Amino acid sequence: MTNLWMDIKNADVITIMGGNAAEAHPCGFKWVTEAKAHNKAKLIVVDPRFTRSAALADIFCPIRAGTDIAFLGGVIKYLLDNNKLQHEYVKAFTNASYIVKDGYGFEDGLFTGYNAEQRDYNRSSWDYEMGDDGFVKLDESMQHPRSVFQLMKKHYERYTPEMVERVCGSPKDKFLQICEVIATTSAPDKAMTSMYALGWTQHSKGSQNIRAMAVIQLLLGNIGMRGGGMNALRGHSNIQGLTDIGLMSNLIPGYLTLANEREPNYAEYMKTRQFKPMRPGQTSFWQNYGKFFVSFTKSMWGAAATKDNDFCYDWLPKLDVTYDVLRAFELMHQGRINGYFCQGFNPLMSFPNRKKIAGALAKLKYLVVIDPLQTETARFWENHGEHNDVNSASIQTEVFELPTTCFAEDEGSLTNSGRWLQWHWAGADAPWETKGDIDIMAELHLRLKALYQKEGGVFPDPILNLVWPYKDPKKPHPEEIAKEVNGYVLEDVPDPNDATKKLLTAGQQMPGFALLRDDGKTACGCWIYSGSWTPAGNQMARRDTADPENAGLAPRWAWSWPANRRILYNRASADLNGKPWGPSKKLIEWNGTTWTGLDVPDYGPANKPEAGVGPFIMNPEGTARLFTRGMMRDGPFPEHYEPFETPVGNPMHQKVVSNPVARVFRGDMEVFGTAKDFPYVATTYRLTEHFHFWSKHVQVNASLQPELFVELGEDLAKEKGIRNGDWMKVSSNRGSIKAKAVVTKRMMTLKCDGKVVHQVGIPIHWGFTGATKKGYGANMLTPYVGDANIETPEYKAFLVDVEKINVVS
Amino acid sequence: MALDLMRRSASSTPAGSLSGPTTEVAKLIDISKCIGCKACQAACLEWNDLREEVGVNTGVYDNPHDLTENSWTLMRYSEVVADNGNLEWLIRKDGCMHCADPGCLKACPSPGAIVQYTNGIVDFVKENCIGCGYCVKGCPFNIPRISKADHKAYKCTLCSDRVNVGQGPACAKACPTQAITFGTKAAMIAQAQTRITDLKERGYKNAGLYDPPGVGGTHVMYVLQHADRPQIFAGLAKDPTISPLVDLWKGMLKPIAMVGIGLTALAGVFHYMTKGPNRVDAHDEEAAAREMRRKAS
Repeated sequence: MTNLWMDIKNADVITIMGGNAAEAHPCGFKWVTEAKAHNKAKLIVVDPRFTRSAALADIFCPIRAGTDIAFLGGVIKYLLDNNKLQHEYVKAFTNASYIVKDGYGFEDGLFTGYNAEQRDYNRSSWDYEMGDDGFVKLDESMQHPRSVFQLMKKHYERYTPEMVERVCGSPKDKFLQICEVIATTSAPDKAMTSMYALGWTQHSKGSQNIRAMAVIQLLLGNIGMRGGGMNALRGHSNIQGLTDIGLMSNLIPGYLTLANEREPNYAEYMKTRQFKPMRPGQTSFWQNYGKFFVSFTKSMWGAAATKDNDFCYDWLPKLDVTYDVLRAFELMHQGRINGYFCQGFNPLMSFPNRKKIAGALAKLKYLVVIDPLQTETARFWENHGEHNDVNSASIQTEVFELPTTCFAEDEGSLTNSGRWLQWHWAGADAPWETKGDIDIMAELHLRLKALYQKEGGVFPDPILNLVWPYKDPKKPHPEEIAKEVNGYVLEDVPDPNDATKKLLTAGQQMPGFALLRDDGKTACGCWIYSGSWTPAGNQMARRDTADPENAGLAPRWAWSWPANRRILYNRASADLNGKPWGPSKKLIEWNGTTWTGLDVPDYGPANKPEAGVGPFIMNPEGTARLFTRGMMRDGPFPEHYEPFETPVGNPMHQKVVSNPVARVFRGDMEVFGTAKDFPYVATTYRLTEHFHFWSKHVQVNASLQPELFVELGEDLAKEKGIRNGDWMKVSSNRGSIKAKAVVTKRMMTLKCDGKVVHQVGIPIHWGFTGATKKGYGANMLTPYVGDANIETPEYKAFLVDVEKINVVS
Repeated sequence: MALDLMRRSASSTPAGSLSGPTTEVAKLIDISKCIGCKACQAACLEWNDLREEVGVNTGVYDNPHDLTENSWTLMRYSEVVADNGNLEWLIRKDGCMHCADPGCLKACPSPGAIVQYTNGIVDFVKENCIGCGYCVKGCPFNIPRISKADHKAYKCTLCSDRVNVGQGPACAKACPTQAITFGTKAAMIAQAQTRITDLKERGYKNAGLYDPPGVGGTHVMYVLQHADRPQIFAGLAKDPTISPLVDLWKGMLKPIAMVGIGLTALAGVFHYMTKGPNRVDAHDEEAAAREMRRKAS
């Protein structure tokens, strides 16, 4: 989230699209009902299904799964055509006026530079034209034909309301009604919040779905604003923490990136990371990259990390390709990965194309499952009849199960969607032989270390030198780790203004990331978390509910990264003179000498407004990008591509149907189905009664939603002779499932490109362990294709067939 | 808030309040804020230490499919196409309405098995229940259910145990969107009015409060988007009244109530004749064990 949960109450318009907050985030959804009850907010819901969120919507509009960019592109065109823009904001705070290189273009579904063989673009033309002064050229009138603004206008010309209806099946009148309401927030003192989740990410163009809404929010001036923002609703209580702390195969903590093979040394690595300002006087905060990186390696290897050895740069892995989950299972399937530690994950039910996942696990030599529950993954080898029809005797994988504590049985911090780090304490003792995840990891490390000490090895250094200062080496305390993550001072740093004083004293906790250093005198596990455990103590444990001016910030409740800032880019909440866009939108303002206000300024506090420093301090431009240059693999503007399985083809460009750079492994392309055999669009989702595959182990939850079902519309049900509560079979080109039929008006028949389109909804929560009735996983059906930028699988749009079956129970 | 008795089933003298007048309480269920998450159902099961069996799906979201002796509250989902052609998914939390004029209490032949407190809560007193099921017949909302384990009647208590110590009902506490709130009846009516104003501004011209006069008003009230048609909310009674049969029964039963023990025996015979001998299965055993634990705690 750029904003925070509580702030949703400040919204004037709430758009839930690409998510279903009422269903999957019922507690956070309370802020939607607050905004409606006390701020007269309008709620818009756009979804393939009429969801629980839609039940409270002022306007609901159905959409064919996987066509969000067509819809959002239509909104962009509406705003541009009807001049519903926050003009001052667009001009000053975005790159609308920047000039793009001459070579850039878009034709017949492809941007310039496409290489069909490699399924990739040469993105060099997707960039700004640079002036002789080394800065980007711009045209403040935004009339230059190659200005971002004009290129955007041209790009979205095709996205007419008629085209939106043709592609998405969304009725034109509903679409226009929604555009009208969204457009009201172009007023400087109005804001819309965008609440989305995996309904946008789990597509072959997931990142661009989100980009498309970000463009809308920038045109409306809704980023950095109270009640505005791009708000990703995270699906676990600590999944924000997972990405923050770098638990992705290509990241290290704080969104620093792992080096790749072409970066053999530190100097080479830093060349592409310390961005120089692209406009005069801009902050370009990543200029501090080195400080964060060196402080990280110092926290890993302490004294062993020195300037002479590039602070152990060589000890970090260098990527040849991205090792996301799809690739990991592809490699297992090929027999190239043969051991797997599975911690807090249930891939047998979660990852697409279950047949392939089960086959991959069966090829492993060993599988270690670290989990509080009996997962299907841990039992993948067990025959459960039709729900897990395997030949146990033929599987040689050795499985180790290490039971861990649940969140309520351990102490530590959870980072919520709104970037709040909230400390929690154990509410119950762990049962039986259960150990905490930290304890398990600690013992693994110590045993590996002992093996290296005893036997040596090709590359023992990173293990042998890992800083391990914990009082009980086998049981590092969460407090010890939290302090390490915050960072601490290794050597005194004198005050540059007064030699008699010290800026930093060795042994002290870091007060925040601003004083981190690239000379090895500071250590910090995760720079964005610096400030969470300062010399003043554990900031995450703060529990002061005071909320000045009822602004929805509660600045002394827990701690928010970065620097306890509650709303990112909050400089944009004030106009060019530093005055808030409206009294109800006040966040920070310029008081003549400094920036001050309700939130911690996301900005140099002494930057005078007239200096023209942009609010988007992480970008070297200082402005937000309507045109993303070469940052996205699949285009600088979001473009509509069909899901890899589509019922209609792509009405916008017949030849380029689906995302031309989305990643597909050999063998997976062949198991995509076509509309001829699988005529219906399917999508998958969570239900409120359950949390992934956990809560089915709880009797109460199991009784509230006991059995797998599939939702289908009345027209399709009639056509297929399926009645409510009948058993039905749903098949894709990869497998089939049996489920109860829920025939509902909430699945509406759509008309897309002249063709009737039926959609089918498949919830994900059942399996063969737990208290519910046994059921199939939706991943029997889902395709193995990943988003072009971050490889998230396309769970949300694929093709199936359905039929009524008779089951003797 | 101490719970003083106002009325007692099958007793000629009402038990007057000992501590003076008590403020009437009410639970307000705002359907326009309800997302159907079933947190109220889970909270009810947890607080009352009850468990519902893991059933099956019958083509709807309603689970279990009806109120039971364990499920004292239940979300009921209705898909309705409104006059303007828009689909509405109306989700109503069903359960005891705690009528000011309770049909169950009037119908109950067993002295003190059903009581009404001065704050308006209608409660079943299990020790006095003879399992005759007349409360079911007397209820204009079809709420009480007879347990298969101990053959006594059960329904929502409005968490009288929590209210007695100054807390709101468990369902209201668990509700994430404040669709369920609890307070004095006057405060709840006032709150409903602000919601109705908001709904009318949003185009629900018939939004209104459900507090049916036919049963003297209720201590569980709804904010309905379409108060003119309560039936579309999963069959909510439009003008609920107590069946005239109840008064008829009362006339016949009053004398018999004097011989309470005899009646209990009679009811047993009646039960045997209509339902056959009691059989204890594993489920009953489990429910009984749970019951023992509850008594112990």
